[in-house]
Amino acid sequence: MLTGKPFELVCPAGALPSLKAAVDNGADCVYTGLKDNTNARNFTGLNFDDAQLREGIRYAHDRRVKVLLALNTYPQTATWARWTAAVDKAADYGVDAIILADPGLMEYARTKHPQLRLHLSVQGSATSYEAINFYHEQFGIQRAVLPRVLAMAQVEHTVKNTPVEIEVFGFGGLCVMVEGRCALSAYVTGDSPNTVGVCSPGKAVRYEQTAQGMDTRLNGVLINRFDANEKAGYPTLCKGRFEVNDETYYAIEEPASLNTLELLPQLIDIGVKAVKIEGRQRSPAYVAQVTKVWREAIDSALRNRQNFTVREAWMAELNKVSEGNMHTLGAYYRPWK
Amino acid sequence: MQLALGPLLYYWPRQQVFDFYEAIAQAPVDIVYLGETVCARRHELRVQDWAEIAAKLAAAGKQAVLGTQTLIESESDLKTLRRVIDERDFLTEANDMGAVRILSAEKRPFVAGPFLNVFNSATLGMLSHLGATRWVMPVEMSADALRELQAARPAGMETEVFAYGRLPLAFSARCFTARHFNLQKDDCQFKCLDFPDGLVIKTREKEEFLTLNGIQTQSAKVYNLIGEVEALRALGVDILRISPQSQHTPALLEVFRARLEGNVEVPAARSRLAALEVAAPCNGFWYGQPGLDQVAA
Repeated sequence: MLTGKPFELVCPAGALPSLKAAVDNGADCVYTGLKDNTNARNFTGLNFDDAQLREGIRYAHDRRVKVLLALNTYPQTATWARWTAAVDKAADYGVDAIILADPGLMEYARTKHPQLRLHLSVQGSATSYEAINFYHEQFGIQRAVLPRVLAMAQVEHTVKNTPVEIEVFGFGGLCVMVEGRCALSAYVTGDSPNTVGVCSPGKAVRYEQTAQGMDTRLNGVLINRFDANEKAGYPTLCKGRFEVNDETYYAIEEPASLNTLELLPQLIDIGVKAVKIEGRQRSPAYVAQVTKVWREAIDSALRNRQNFTVREAWMAELNKVSEGNMHTLGAYYRPWK
Repeated sequence: MQLALGPLLYYWPRQQVFDFYEAIAQAPVDIVYLGETVCARRHELRVQDWAEIAAKLAAAGKQAVLGTQTLIESESDLKTLRRVIDERDFLTEANDMGAVRILSAEKRPFVAGPFLNVFNSATLGMLSHLGATRWVMPVEMSADALRELQAARPAGMETEVFAYGRLPLAFSARCFTARHFNLQKDDCQFKCLDFPDGLVIKTREKEEFLTLNGIQTQSAKVYNLIGEVEALRALGVDILRISPQSQHTPALLEVFRARLEGNVEVPAARSRLAALEVAAPCNGFWYGQPGLDQVAA
């Protein structure tokens, strides 16, 4: 086990090249997944086979960076053994922690591998210290990743009332729904984040050029329609344009990325332990870019919190890789709700 | 098999809620879930009001259960949660793990609600150990997955399945009903009061898609397992949950009761329900398909 830093930057490693990009650009931890539905980014061409995971762990540990393995979907009874085998593998390979959502699997990990560090995934939907402390008492979880629903004062209150380290999302794709409590993708496509590890999966997506414009569909359902002046985005189903009372708009959420760079000194002050960058499905170039900016920003904030300012160059770099080229503070900023 | 009426997911004026449960006291239902489980801002009824309704329903021979709020954000939410649990005359439905923590510490039996994500026997066993005496299957779970869980069900654990109503699919910190009116949640003007069965979202092809219910998103279609009652019975399901709608809820319960007792065949029950439905039916989740599908049994 590598020793912890006062404030950790946790970066996405969808595959080996991204892992190396994150490590090389200043990540304190990288998080990974296996090539199956045991994790919430179960996408074709992504994730690690056994040899790649071993290589990734070696590469990161040689540079004193921690490796986390996300096993954060909910195992079904019939395929339970796939998840327990993944827990065993994590312990065997020497990952620094596993990120879990399912209580049954936490119990297995705690009993079988008591030395293995457990993090509560955002998919566990623990939004209060009562819920977080439940997982701590029952399974000894040492860190919880907060769903993207709490305002800053609520994050602070949670930190104060739990012995568990708190990790928050700092940048990347924004789930407007409480993670782990969303069956929208299952409703439309049959595949859900909870059980299959996907949302609005590519196999259900269809782009169609019509007289009205570019239609984007998910299992046949029209999610958005773009005219010639607009860039057609991916049809994530909660980020489409729909009609409510004859008004057409982004009824649930705009296609924007979360970006909390300006909140960094506050997050450190209130005792948050780590900030997570979303995007295991993104390219190594994205990972390198975002990691580099956040590393600089965190170092700057740690050196001098009072005089911390968000540099224009940082925002410019981050906006280049943001969904829809827009960013938001999400729930941290109360009026967003 | 027993029939349960799920918690009222919408926001209705106070008198309408009291009148609704007056009627339910006379309806053919065994278990009634009560309480505000969706949004902390809804205050037409307080916890004491819900407890008063619970007492009346208990006097009418129903089992009354008080549900906890599903998405907990603030200390004030936790206070309400503790108040609900403090109503010791009634069973509690725990809708998040914070509620489970408090209930198990007090050694109280409880219902593990549909949002606890019980997807396997290990998790169900753990909840049983902590005091759960009933669990409600996640709405997205299929019959095949349920079969596996039923095979290893802990002793004394009842199984309940959401069998009728618009599906509660997602929760958010954001209020989508307030957003529709360009209002912030903290100043929502209680717009949910204007939509007794939620606010329907259509696609740009005018297809009814989802339903906005404050911070909750539901299906636009009505989940309907009337054709699957025998399959549910064969799987050892103990309780079917019917979700309240603003009109005809007692009549819905009568159709399900008649079907449970074998007094009506599926086609006749289906056509009786069709006259009461707020939208087209679906049953895909039960068959492991997209939830919005309607699969012929």
